[in-house]
Amino acid sequence: MDALLDDWVGRIRETAARGGKLAIRGGGSKAFYGGSESGEPFAVGDYQGIVAYEPTELVVTARAGTRLADLAATLAEKGQWLPFEPPLFGPQATVGGMLACGLSGPRRQAMGAVRDFVLGVRLLDGRGELLSFGGQVMKNVAGYDVPRLLAGSLGTLGVILEVSLKVLPRPVAECSLRLAIDEAAALQQLNRWGGRPLPISASAWHDGVLTLRLSGAAAAVAAAQRTLAGELLDDAVAAAFWQSLREQEHAFFAGEGPLWRLGLPSVAPPQALGPTLIEWGGAQRWLRGGEAAVIREAAARAGGHATLFRGETTLKAAAGVFQPLSEPLATIHRKLKQAFDPQGIFNPGRMYPDL
Amino acid sequence: MESTLADRYTVDRPELVTRLRAVLPTNALLAEEEAMRPYDCDGLTAFRQLPLLVALPENEAQAQAILRICHDLRAPVVPRGAATGLSGGATPHPDGVLVSLAKLKKIIAVDPLARTAIVQPGVRNLAVSEAAAPYGLYYAPDPSSQIACTIGGNVAENAGGVHCLKYGLTVHNVLRVRGLTIAGDIVEFGNAALDAPGYDLLALLNGSEGLLAMITEVTVRLTPKPELAQVVIASFDDVRKAGDAVASIIAAGIIPAGLEMMDKKATHAVEPYVNAGYDLEAEAILLCESDGTPEEVAEEIGRMRAVIEKSGAAGIRVSQNEAERLRFWAGRKAAFPAVGRLTPDYLCMDGTIPRRRLAEMLEAINALSIKYALRCANVFHAGDGNLHPLIMYDANQPGELDRATAFGAEILELSVRFGGTITGEHGVGVEKIMLMAEQFSLAEIDTFHRLKAAFDEHGLLNPGKGVPTLARCREYTQARAGTAAASARP
Ligand SMILES: Cc1cc2nc3c(=O)[nH]c(=O)nc-3n(C[C@@H](O)[C@H](O)[C@H](O)COP(=O)(O)OP(=O)(O)OC[C@H]3O[C@@H](n4cnc5c(N)ncnc54)[C@H](O)[C@@H]3O)c2cc1C
Ligand SMILES: Cc1cc2nc3c(=O)[nH]c(=O)nc-3n(C[C@H](O)[C@H](O)[C@H](O)COP(=O)(O)OP(=O)(O)OC[C@H]3O[C@@H](n4cnc5c(N)ncnc54)[C@H](O)[C@@H]3O)c2cc1C
Repeated sequence: MDALLDDWVGRIRETAARGGKLAIRGGGSKAFYGGSESGEPFAVGDYQGIVAYEPTELVVTARAGTRLADLAATLAEKGQWLPFEPPLFGPQATVGGMLACGLSGPRRQAMGAVRDFVLGVRLLDGRGELLSFGGQVMKNVAGYDVPRLLAGSLGTLGVILEVSLKVLPRPVAECSLRLAIDEAAALQQLNRWGGRPLPISASAWHDGVLTLRLSGAAAAVAAAQRTLAGELLDDAVAAAFWQSLREQEHAFFAGEGPLWRLGLPSVAPPQALGPTLIEWGGAQRWLRGGEAAVIREAAARAGGHATLFRGETTLKAAAGVFQPLSEPLATIHRKLKQAFDPQGIFNPGRMYPDL
Repeated sequence: MESTLADRYTVDRPELVTRLRAVLPTNALLAEEEAMRPYDCDGLTAFRQLPLLVALPENEAQAQAILRICHDLRAPVVPRGAATGLSGGATPHPDGVLVSLAKLKKIIAVDPLARTAIVQPGVRNLAVSEAAAPYGLYYAPDPSSQIACTIGGNVAENAGGVHCLKYGLTVHNVLRVRGLTIAGDIVEFGNAALDAPGYDLLALLNGSEGLLAMITEVTVRLTPKPELAQVVIASFDDVRKAGDAVASIIAAGIIPAGLEMMDKKATHAVEPYVNAGYDLEAEAILLCESDGTPEEVAEEIGRMRAVIEKSGAAGIRVSQNEAERLRFWAGRKAAFPAVGRLTPDYLCMDGTIPRRRLAEMLEAINALSIKYALRCANVFHAGDGNLHPLIMYDANQPGELDRATAFGAEILELSVRFGGTITGEHGVGVEKIMLMAEQFSLAEIDTFHRLKAAFDEHGLLNPGKGVPTLARCREYTQARAGTAAASARP
């Protein structure tokens, strides 16, 4: 593995020296996400293996190319998991790609995102320096929090080599319920429930139907099930449903046409922008179709932002994948990019055109 | 001791005073030594330094004006909250303006439906929970200093509390930070949603020790109060058994709402002070909390008891009512001031290690206590492996401060060697700045400087804190190598 790293360092330095560009690739499972790839392919998917796993420490450290599916299987043997339910989008999805994309699944609102669980990273920056930040302990405020900064950075700051993550025990009990309810009422209810100590671990509203998942101690799940009423889903049906959301295999996501992801305050009212699927208690809203400018405007007005999650390359280029940044923020972004990648060799344009 | 680590700046004081007077009310600028004296240190009282000036803005606009002027005149700025920080993050700079945000203490909004509160940076941690209480909500991170410390300081240090194993640190409970760059630009980090476009700068701001931006407003997430909380208090006749019990609880798949440990010196300091009802015979006690629905708590307390009994606890009690639960916690939360009564001065260490090394670390600390002939009480966030050895000394006894400092440094070096960190929640500040060279390579330190420069090109915001200059790192590692070579010689 060390020979491999030496090789990469050489390649990064050589590329920087001649002003080349590199497109970092894990499993290639999330290549659709973000601005389109440009640069010479730089494959990191072979850098695999779980480096350390100590169940009683609630920490696992894995090389970036480790397949998420393999990691999940290892954790499952000890009754643990990554509680943010990272979407796989294919069996080849890697740990590095997971951190770089920063996507979270249905459990996000209840448990947190990748950034909430990453404890440490090793990376190669744009000068080919091998750097290590954070570590394998739960609390660490020595130096700036680079590990969390890398979450969602889409490989624009460096090549992630190794990631340490906090893991948690799987919940003892789980069940899912279904209720018929309209969008406005569902949003109202979800926020009210959010203010009570109920073990809601996921929620999804679409087309007049609200699905809730409860997770936790058996007693708590049973009590909440009585409180919330609703029709109890068969376990296999429920598992398939949540999986279809996380992997975007649900019928809502099928077909051509742009897919927008709105991150909004959970209390934002219905946006009436087109066919909608709501997750995360109202904080994540998926939208099919619609006018880019209108969607971005609405998201900003509601206090959030809109991402063109999937769309034609021409639309992505015209509308931009991510909500534009304010000028002071954009300036900080450019300078940060320069701090890590002075020659701008990694994943140019993957996040914003000028990064 | 005077802080010797700050590089000096050449600042035109009269010009600075004139321009600041023009934008601030008279009582918002202190320039007399007598008036500035109360601001000469934070919770790390061993470091004292008079600032050039003290400014007390009453609103964001005044704070912005101060920064613009300081930026213009290249004068350092040190933000300060309640000055409860234990690493000297708010220690003044001799050539800089100390800016206290204490007057920005409005709770702007509490939104019970959204479970959020928007507060100014000078709002005290506990005041947020008090404002949220009528809605059955609270702000989860609860540092033991919560009656005094401010939200601005909490964000700047990424403060933790006794409940952060289950409920997270400050970074997990803050949705948005509004701040000013040193140039006076207003920047919004994060928003009222669960994520924001671009890099996660909100995460970066947490724990940035006032080096990246001055925080002027914070949106925090509020958490529903659990229906019930109960705490198990277990006594051990051996610290090793207590350390093992911690690992066994986690191994059993339990995430307690709080998991804290205190050794005998700590319980003996606390008991006469707060009458918490601790077992004074025990070598160590463990506080292990469960919260949730009554059914859930009953089930979990049962599991906790079983694990703790198997770990060889000498005694186990469960809080029978809320008053008793709070009393058990009061002892833990008062541990620092209680130890403070036993000694003229103390240093509080903050290393974090993998939990499995707890017992080993405690034994090493006992040995160091003998080596340096200084008493040391141990309280810690056992669930997170975050240790707070309290090294007792008397600054008036020649050599004691130096011995205490060397004692602390050895603990932190050991923390790094055990795979941990020099600071879990109190920050690097001035106190641990040179120890950064133990934990990070020159290339990593250099990256921190580059990152800082992306926010603050001229290095004016809280200079001399958090990250040592590369030159000082080199000196430090050379000196260390010299010592190692000397001691290796036959
Ligand atoms: C044909 C196709 C179909 C897809 N279908 C779906 C779908 O149905 N639903 C869906 O949501 N997604 C889909 N995707 C997106 C999928 O590609 C996700 O990108 C994937 O989960 C990310 O994991 P990965 O390891 O495969 O990352 P990659 O896709 O390899 O990389 C994702 C990002 O992370 C960066 N990166 C990866 N590894 C590192 C590293 N070690 N260091 C730094 N940066 C790194 C990459 O540069 C890139 O920016 C599809 C992609 C393709 C190509
Ligand atoms: C008895 C006692 C118990 C403690 N217990 C805990 C504990 O359990 N957990 C824990 O984490 N800490 C604890 N601490 C440490 C301390 O209380 C925390 O670090 C706290 O977050 C500091 O807040 P403050 O308002 O006092 O900040 P200060 O001490 O005033 O400042 C701390 C740092 O934050 C910066 N800062 C302050 N305000 C701003 C702002 N508005 N913008 C930008 N930067 C700013 C300062 O420059 C400085 O670097 C304890 C301290 C004491 C004395």
